[in-house]
Amino acid sequence: MSFIKLLFLVFASSAVLSAFMMITTRNTVYAALYLVLTFFSTALVWMLLEAEFLSIVLILVYIGAVMVLFLFVVMMLDVNTAATREGFVRFLPLGAGVAILMILEMSLVLGPKLFGLDLYPAPVPKPADHSNTEAIGSVLYTVYVYPFEIAAVILLVAMIAAIMLTLRRRPETKYQDASAQAKVQSKDRVRIIKMSAEPRITDVAK
Amino acid sequence: MAEFLSPLLNLFPEGLRALVLILIQIMLVVMPLVIAVAYTTYFERKIIGYMQVRIGPNRVGPLGLLQPFADVFKLMFKEIIIPTAANKFIFFTAPVLILFAALVAWAVVPFDDGWVIADVNAGLLYVLAVGAAGVYGVILAGWASNSKYALLGGLRSAAHKIAYELAMGFALVGVLMASQSLNLQDIVRAQSGSILHWYWLPLLPMFVVYFISGVAETNRAPFDIAEGESEIVAGFHVEYSGMGFVLFMLAEYASMILISALTAIMFLGGWLSPFQGTFLESAFAWIPGIFWMFAKIAVLLFVFIWFRATFPRYRYDQIMRLGWKVLIPVTLIWIVVEGVAIYFKLGPWFA
Repeated sequence: MSFIKLLFLVFASSAVLSAFMMITTRNTVYAALYLVLTFFSTALVWMLLEAEFLSIVLILVYIGAVMVLFLFVVMMLDVNTAATREGFVRFLPLGAGVAILMILEMSLVLGPKLFGLDLYPAPVPKPADHSNTEAIGSVLYTVYVYPFEIAAVILLVAMIAAIMLTLRRRPETKYQDASAQAKVQSKDRVRIIKMSAEPRITDVAK
Repeated sequence: MAEFLSPLLNLFPEGLRALVLILIQIMLVVMPLVIAVAYTTYFERKIIGYMQVRIGPNRVGPLGLLQPFADVFKLMFKEIIIPTAANKFIFFTAPVLILFAALVAWAVVPFDDGWVIADVNAGLLYVLAVGAAGVYGVILAGWASNSKYALLGGLRSAAHKIAYELAMGFALVGVLMASQSLNLQDIVRAQSGSILHWYWLPLLPMFVVYFISGVAETNRAPFDIAEGESEIVAGFHVEYSGMGFVLFMLAEYASMILISALTAIMFLGGWLSPFQGTFLESAFAWIPGIFWMFAKIAVLLFVFIWFRATFPRYRYDQIMRLGWKVLIPVTLIWIVVEGVAIYFKLGPWFA
């Protein structure tokens, strides 16, 4: 067994195992952390496939940003573990049915019958100076430029919609206008008054 | 480096030589780094001392030079206190995670031409990804301590790191566009010419944004809201004592040095001599490149400390405003400007 194969087995089994633990663990923070481990193992499997750009972007986007936001929310929840287990038995047959169906469907399509080494020979390893990032960039911005742009516009629309849905003006909340604060000058705040001096106490006493 | 070590390597069987070489290289980076961390803490206290018209540490050893070791021994012998309701496993994993992220990025940092552990093509992306993974240490430390101050510190850190990571990523897009490469060595080589060819000049807004985001990423003043001792005691590491606390400090200073090294590589010409292209070039040619690299790192570290002595801590909403409404738009505009400059082959940088 080659070293690469051993690495693949380690990463693949840790991906599957942590995915399984993610859905079985009762602690929500642990579940989020197992999901992080799943992403990380998957990223390493992609690295073995010489897809270093996708691999690093998976870590950067999913582990570095998406899961941080997940944890942000999950950490503030005070989840009652007994309540989350209530529906377990009731929904078990349905869940198991869906899972078995999915496994069946995937085994029909995937697997050695259609993707075996006799049908698709193992790709030749790229030379060390091959840049996966450059290769993706050069097709993404030439051959697939329209699908890429359309996907970008769809994402932009979704982003604007999400912002609009959550944006609400609350007149009772007091906001600070930072630019107004920075622009303020002493003449807007301070008024200097000329006053005649008070008579000295000794003069009054006389 | 491999030739220099070959008598030593020949002692090992053929299959292990590559592994031993890598381990030696890792030690050659990590050991000086730990010493550098120790003396960065010393210089921080000295510099801030002089800025505040004090003397700073001067009792342990000559000029107080043994102070960092005294600190380490003190912390090592302190009792490790575990809060009763803490999640023990994550409580101890968090400082290890944060240190892991601070050390593992050094694998791709070139110190001189060819002096790098892993000459990775996607080095720039790797550095960003490792930095992004470093957030977990802080968040998990905050959560696992089961203390409200720690949790608040962790949450603040999660929110502000995401904002500044974006600005940092966009600043690096500018570097990528100018150098046409993600490899850190190629980025330095693309800056050769003279001090005016270094990217601090054509990418000045990116340089400023990157360094500010770097200060924010390392949780340093004036962006240290995750600690915020005036509001939330010590934030995410309030419950840590002894070695756990040492690991947090080690990681913080190691990532400070890392950000300085990356800024030096991407904007200040890395190991290139500042006298390149001038009449002084031959007079200073005997100085090895690694000296210039260390000098640039030292100057940037001084700026880090200078910031801490100068600026008051930002308020949480001010940090968010600066990140989202100032830094990110600045980088976006400069990317467009740079694109135009590259299209018209504006010399000498984009020719």
